[in-house]
Amino acid sequence: MAVSIEELKAKAKQLRKHIIRMTTAAGSGHPSSSLSAVEMITALYFGGFMKYRPQEPHWAARDRFILSKGHAVPALYAAMAEAGYFTVEATLSLRKLGSVFEGHPNMLRMPGIEASTGSLGQGLSLGLGQALGMHLDKLDSRVFVMTGDGELDEGQVWEAAAAAGKFKPGNLTVIVDQNGYQQTGATKDVLDMRPIADKFAAFGWHTQTVNGNCQANAVAALTIATNIKDRPTCIISQTQKGFGILPLLEAEGDLNYHGKPLSPALAEKAIAFIDSN
Amino acid sequence: MYYGELSGLKLGAATRDAFGDALKELGAKHPEVVVVDADVGNSTRTEPFMKAFPERSFNVGIAESNMVSVAAGLASCGKTAVCSSFATFLLSNAFDQLRMSVAFPKMNVKFVGSHSGISIGEDGPSQMGIEDVSLACSLPGVKVIVPSDAVQTAAATAAMLADHGPIYLRTGRSKVAILYPNGCDFKIGKAIQLRDGSDVTIIANGLMVGAAMDAATELAKSGVNARVLDMHTIKPIDEEAIVKAARETQRIVVVEEHLAHGGLGSVVATVVSRTVPVPMAYVNVGDCFAESGDPQGLLDKYGLNPAAIVAAVKSVIG
Repeated sequence: MAVSIEELKAKAKQLRKHIIRMTTAAGSGHPSSSLSAVEMITALYFGGFMKYRPQEPHWAARDRFILSKGHAVPALYAAMAEAGYFTVEATLSLRKLGSVFEGHPNMLRMPGIEASTGSLGQGLSLGLGQALGMHLDKLDSRVFVMTGDGELDEGQVWEAAAAAGKFKPGNLTVIVDQNGYQQTGATKDVLDMRPIADKFAAFGWHTQTVNGNCQANAVAALTIATNIKDRPTCIISQTQKGFGILPLLEAEGDLNYHGKPLSPALAEKAIAFIDSN
Repeated sequence: MYYGELSGLKLGAATRDAFGDALKELGAKHPEVVVVDADVGNSTRTEPFMKAFPERSFNVGIAESNMVSVAAGLASCGKTAVCSSFATFLLSNAFDQLRMSVAFPKMNVKFVGSHSGISIGEDGPSQMGIEDVSLACSLPGVKVIVPSDAVQTAAATAAMLADHGPIYLRTGRSKVAILYPNGCDFKIGKAIQLRDGSDVTIIANGLMVGAAMDAATELAKSGVNARVLDMHTIKPIDEEAIVKAARETQRIVVVEEHLAHGGLGSVVATVVSRTVPVPMAYVNVGDCFAESGDPQGLLDKYGLNPAAIVAAVKSVIG
């Protein structure tokens, strides 16, 4: 790998700060849901696992990333900004009228977004379709889909998991961002879908369970997944919602912190906290 | 007995069969066409394509939601993705997927609903697609086509595959009269006048076009000249044909094998009320679920026959 873990960690810090700045500027959004996904998204975009061309976003041979948990799109915008799709400053128009930085991914308005998501449960099916399409076109490309763990409540995820077990696309990887929370509480209390890896394994998937907020773990898991070519691969990425600024959220008395931005004052503290750690 | 018989029309194939045959034929010329099936391909008639092109065919099992999103994924890789199920399972079960995976990103997915209407008969109301057109029309940017005979269905299938973007095609299970000669002209959004008349216009689609022809034949006996318009495309609706009909015949009757709300009748009424308001009447399933029974018995019981159309015409003529 050309990029070191230390360099990726520095990139992850940048992404976290972008996420906080853009959601605070927007006055709404899902920063905590975005923060849990940062190490995996950093590894994908900057760790050499995805081939893409920011200047040619529809390049036929590109790999594709589908953010099925679309509410975490600030993390994706942050990565795309760092990758050169647009400027970081542009992302500060998040959720504003006329901005292409919509509250959930909209592929029609933003080249480089591979699926319009926001209605949970559909991304894995879309990714399966894309993986099959790449296979038909004899492309050596891969699809990465990121779901939430709360999202696994949706039955369609399991329809897709079963179908992928049938067609065995070796170019499909799902990353379950298991941050442990969904809108109204902990996933274990709302609807406990565990054991998750066992469920995917039962449908014929290769599975791994890793600490998804450890940059080295994220890279290792993606290295293993991308070297498997005979069946779909699943990474249970065990993360923490709001990772990177957890002590601040704890002080706020809300470790879920679902669907709300940090106040300007808290955002300032959070950015200082990220810089100092 | 079949609709169109009284007008001297010959019985042809079911529209689902014509769709299936056309899809297979077109599949040979269009390598970008793929089919995703939810294990009813032998009912919806994607089976001939799937047998001819197994590498381009994906049966995902009885999972309509996944089927639609997988089709959208294939479409986002440049494929023309065709998926099909019974009309009611396709539109009702997979509506969110049609909305988010297909309509919102304008994916090149052609979704085909068979077993439309109450004329599927014995299998009963759980299998009858009578709300599908309303649901499909509610999706922004989605075109909605309800062909009336086998010849037109083949042409509509070709036009659908040639058009880029989401389209809903509604087919039927029972055999229907042949209304058109082979090679007939078909344009999405362009209604076809099957019979001219000056007293009333009967606007119909699908199975009910044959019934409208029979009603017109019957009305002629009592000196009423009915125009018959085959409104095979509901969205985009042919406003020009409707306005012309309203101006020239001053009365309109809309006939469809669908619920009262949100189907062809609603769409035509919106145009008429905004342009040339004239008296209108409607022949449709109303606001109810039907029941099991023989197809013709059901059509008669629920008022979807030439006699009901004649009565509706008389109600607007006065």
